Amino acid sequence: MNLNKVLKGLLVAVPVLTLAACSSDKEADTTAPTTNEVVQQTTDTSAADALRAELEALRQQNTIYFDFDKSEIRSEFASVLEAHAAFLKKTTTVSVTVEGHTDARGTPEYNIALGERRGQSVVKYLENLGVAAGQMSVVSYGEEKPVDAGNTEDAFAKNRRAVLVY
Amino acid sequence: MATMLKLIKFKWLMLLALFAGAANASLEIVITDGVDSARPIAVVPFKFEGATQPSENISQIVAADLMRSGKFNPIHAMKMPQQPQTSAEFNVKLWEKSGVEAVVVGSIKEVGLDRYNIRYELIDVVRAKGGVGQPMMNAAGRLVAGSNHILHSGQITISGKQFRSYAHKVSDVVYEKLTGERGAFQTKIAYVLVNDKQEFRYRLAVSDYDGENEQILLRSKEPLMSPTWSPDGTKLAYVTFERKQSQIYIQDRFTARRSILTSFKGINSAPVWSPDGRKMAMTLSKDGNTEIYVMDIASKALNKVTSHRAIDTEPSWSPDGSSILFTSERGGNPQIYSVDLASNQTSRVTFEGEMNLAGRYTPNGLAIVMVNRTNGQYNIARMDKTTRYMQVLTRTYLDESPSIAPNGSMIIYSTLHGSSQVLALVSMDGRFKARLPAANGRVKSPAWSPFL
Repeated sequence: MNLNKVLKGLLVAVPVLTLAACSSDKEADTTAPTTNEVVQQTTDTSAADALRAELEALRQQNTIYFDFDKSEIRSEFASVLEAHAAFLKKTTTVSVTVEGHTDARGTPEYNIALGERRGQSVVKYLENLGVAAGQMSVVSYGEEKPVDAGNTEDAFAKNRRAVLVY
Repeated sequence: MATMLKLIKFKWLMLLALFAGAANASLEIVITDGVDSARPIAVVPFKFEGATQPSENISQIVAADLMRSGKFNPIHAMKMPQQPQTSAEFNVKLWEKSGVEAVVVGSIKEVGLDRYNIRYELIDVVRAKGGVGQPMMNAAGRLVAGSNHILHSGQITISGKQFRSYAHKVSDVVYEKLTGERGAFQTKIAYVLVNDKQEFRYRLAVSDYDGENEQILLRSKEPLMSPTWSPDGTKLAYVTFERKQSQIYIQDRFTARRSILTSFKGINSAPVWSPDGRKMAMTLSKDGNTEIYVMDIASKALNKVTSHRAIDTEPSWSPDGSSILFTSERGGNPQIYSVDLASNQTSRVTFEGEMNLAGRYTPNGLAIVMVNRTNGQYNIARMDKTTRYMQVLTRTYLDESPSIAPNGSMIIYSTLHGSSQVLALVSMDGRFKARLPAANGRVKSPAWSPFL
């Protein structure tokens, strides 16, 4: 999901914004295609610019890393999650998908469960900071979408992550 | 040293033969260990009589099948004392000292437009030593040459296209006659191909067990996982992320028609058919925790099997369908547990090693195959169910997704070779090992079909 699409979505229908439905899946015939909706060009462009800047800043720090076979949030990521929580609490029309990922070790099916637990622990952390549960969803990709396809300790560490996707 | 060289040379020749016969295959089997301990056998090249010779070489396919079973070591044609086409031409005196236990002979005759008559016989060398030429009475009361050294003879008329499948059938016959166990050479494997350079980078494929005749059933931009066969071999279930969330689909292998089975919030994972084909065990997290469920496929009624806040996943049925093996980290680390479906009683199955995952019963139910982690290494292991004796079968790296041949002779699994994920084979005793490197991209999640 790219930023332009997110912004277009925001401009299109601010009151009924559901980013989760903004899927690029061509088979997703059940979701209303956003392109059919009339763009409200009267929306304050300076507010949109501010939102763009804020999302851009959050996207720079959208990844939480985990220890092997663990799903506890390490303290070093507290400030990152606090920034996301502040934004989500302020901008309740925006929702976030937390993707859970693992390294290649272990079995694919176990790793789907582990990735889900990592995603859930991010959601729980944000909930404790006051974010509404309805603004967040989790999808676990397990070991299926590594950022580094290598098989070194370094690559494993990069792949054990949760990513906040707007 | 001389025998070592011979062995290497032989392996090289066999590889050349395999590659020559499999130019279009995307998976090719490279045997890495264990042929020297197998039983010597001879598959004499079938002589062709006619004008247009089909590209598939039956005797070569049979030899390759038997070698890949890990139980037989087919000798090279150059080492055969003679190359008979029939049992009548077979001269036991020439074979006595060859060390070969059995000889397959045969011939192919073009009998029409793309019609070929194939005849073959399986000769037991040991029996022949005592029996060939010994006259015996036939049904008509006439004296003929004894034939109890001929373990089997078959003939058929087919088209060139059918050569490969008929060759696997011959391999099945030879294997069963010589081992007493049903052959699995006419089975198939399903697997997921991943190629990061393609737009539709995930593909669900089915091929013959040897990687030939690959068919792509589905292409996707998002991950595909966990293919599994219906017990009758007509359908596959799998997990897809096509809609940016996990869903379980059932797809007909022949019509390619598919239907959605589950699309719950959270995980929809690890589907596996019950032995009677009516139910599907799976992992769902719709209620928060990752639990094992059993779904009645027709009614879609769900039955929750586990209930624990720790991860429970990777269900696998006992052969009689009365219990389910699963992976749980309720004891701290992932280990294998069993739950009885009638009493809902759960017991821990594995205790050895840092982790044990993806447990599944062998077809006879006497052993459990799994992924074992010891000293940080993930390997395929087999545990005897009654003695709990555990044997690590592989020495490859990052092994996962073990799937057992329907005759219990072999395990196919996914492993890392060099920097790429490939499929590999190991025999149930761990002695024979082979690799199926992919031509492009990674291969994962192999699932061996039932007998077809």
